[in-house]
Amino acid sequence: MAPAKQKAQKDYDDIPGTYVFDADRSRDGYYLNMFCMSLMKAENRKAFKDDEAGYIAKNFPQLTPDQRQAILKREYNRMLELGGNIYFTAKLGATDGHPFQHLAAVMTGSTQKDYADLMLRGGRAVEGNRSRSGKYAKAGSSIVKADKPQSKAKSKARSKGKKRG
Amino acid sequence: MARIIAGVTSSHVPAIGAAIDNHRESEPYWQRVFRGFERSKEWMAKTKPDVCIVVYNDHASAFSVEMIPTFALGTAAEFPIADEGWGPRPVPLVKGHPELASHIAQSVILDEFDLTLCNKMEVDHGLTVPLNLMFGTPKEWPCPIIPLAVNVVQFPPPTGNRCFNLGKAIRKAVESYPKDLKVVVFGTGGMSHQISGQRAGLINSKFDHAFLDNLTRNPKKLTKLSHLELMREAGAEGVEMVMWLIMRGALDDKVDEVYRFYTVPASNTAVGHIILENRKKAVKKPAPKMKRAAARVKVHRIRSRA
Repeated sequence: MAPAKQKAQKDYDDIPGTYVFDADRSRDGYYLNMFCMSLMKAENRKAFKDDEAGYIAKNFPQLTPDQRQAILKREYNRMLELGGNIYFTAKLGATDGHPFQHLAAVMTGSTQKDYADLMLRGGRAVEGNRSRSGKYAKAGSSIVKADKPQSKAKSKARSKGKKRG
Repeated sequence: MARIIAGVTSSHVPAIGAAIDNHRESEPYWQRVFRGFERSKEWMAKTKPDVCIVVYNDHASAFSVEMIPTFALGTAAEFPIADEGWGPRPVPLVKGHPELASHIAQSVILDEFDLTLCNKMEVDHGLTVPLNLMFGTPKEWPCPIIPLAVNVVQFPPPTGNRCFNLGKAIRKAVESYPKDLKVVVFGTGGMSHQISGQRAGLINSKFDHAFLDNLTRNPKKLTKLSHLELMREAGAEGVEMVMWLIMRGALDDKVDEVYRFYTVPASNTAVGHIILENRKKAVKKPAPKMKRAAARVKVHRIRSRA
């Protein structure tokens, strides 16, 4: 386990299933992300695929054992937790020849097919996915009108009906 | 005098670029997306901007975690296409407008927006996908492009308010450029999406529609959205919609919405697109300022001639 750290409470940590890539994570994940960045080059991709642990040990000795393990085991959420950023870790997925939705399926504990179907059905709803603590579960958005107007519309329709009658 | 005539926003989903590059536009899944941009291409062909300023974000292509500029303006003559891991996209080289870009840099920096200036920068799908959506796949892009890369990768990105005000400063800069140029500003990215963590796949269409409505009519309201609200409602990566506010800030307060398109999904993302035009000011030939007496004389002469 990573050593417990005194960390400032961050309001965005309340968003469930989300690892906001802030300066702290960026600092922790610097070499993890730079490792991913190295996979932009074809020769590095080949060298990594030929000997994954060897490539990491040789080129990125600064990686922590946890980070190394997360990379080798392709634990994509763990990588995010340890300071990886999705735009960088996606390069690892691409190196494996996976489409992005494969990574999304891994991160959401789903199959690629089920994840693709979820997207086709309109994606994951925000309802029920706003708040870990429950504090913001019904926060909604300042720009989205609450569902009241619907009842207004109904009453309007009703009054129209009356007029017609 | 150069002037900004319109603004365009568009998602920049990488899979859209891949669909174009692999000639998959006619597949039903992609047809649904591309059909939404047919009218936009016609609009663009008619509008014929002389320059486009494209606000976008780099996705660990030109910038890694080594350097993270909040606002980076491309002042180079050319911007090569980045190799994002599968070889560079087969799209034309992006040619810049160094003269206007440097003019903008000078103007907005003196207006207290401390830009990073890039004389060497590769551009990725964040910039090239919206170009494809608006221009199609020509052999050469029809006009010079000035890239403005915004950091939305490492939290925090600039606030929506800051972006909106930068747009205003860009407008002022463009309008003080002596050459007669028609400029279109692109705001790219969005709409709601989250591609990381267990919450990946999040889409919030209600929020997206409200965002589009307000973008046209009441953008000030959008400048007050906190990053927290943006990430909670529109997804961790949906926060990139702050970039749209740079485009909006560069337009008039009141604009005409000439086109809108929205569909879910393209890959993991809600695709949103809008075209806003500055209201055409009646072509003002500077009205001769005549003194009343002179005007009366003129009227009199016309009458007498009749």
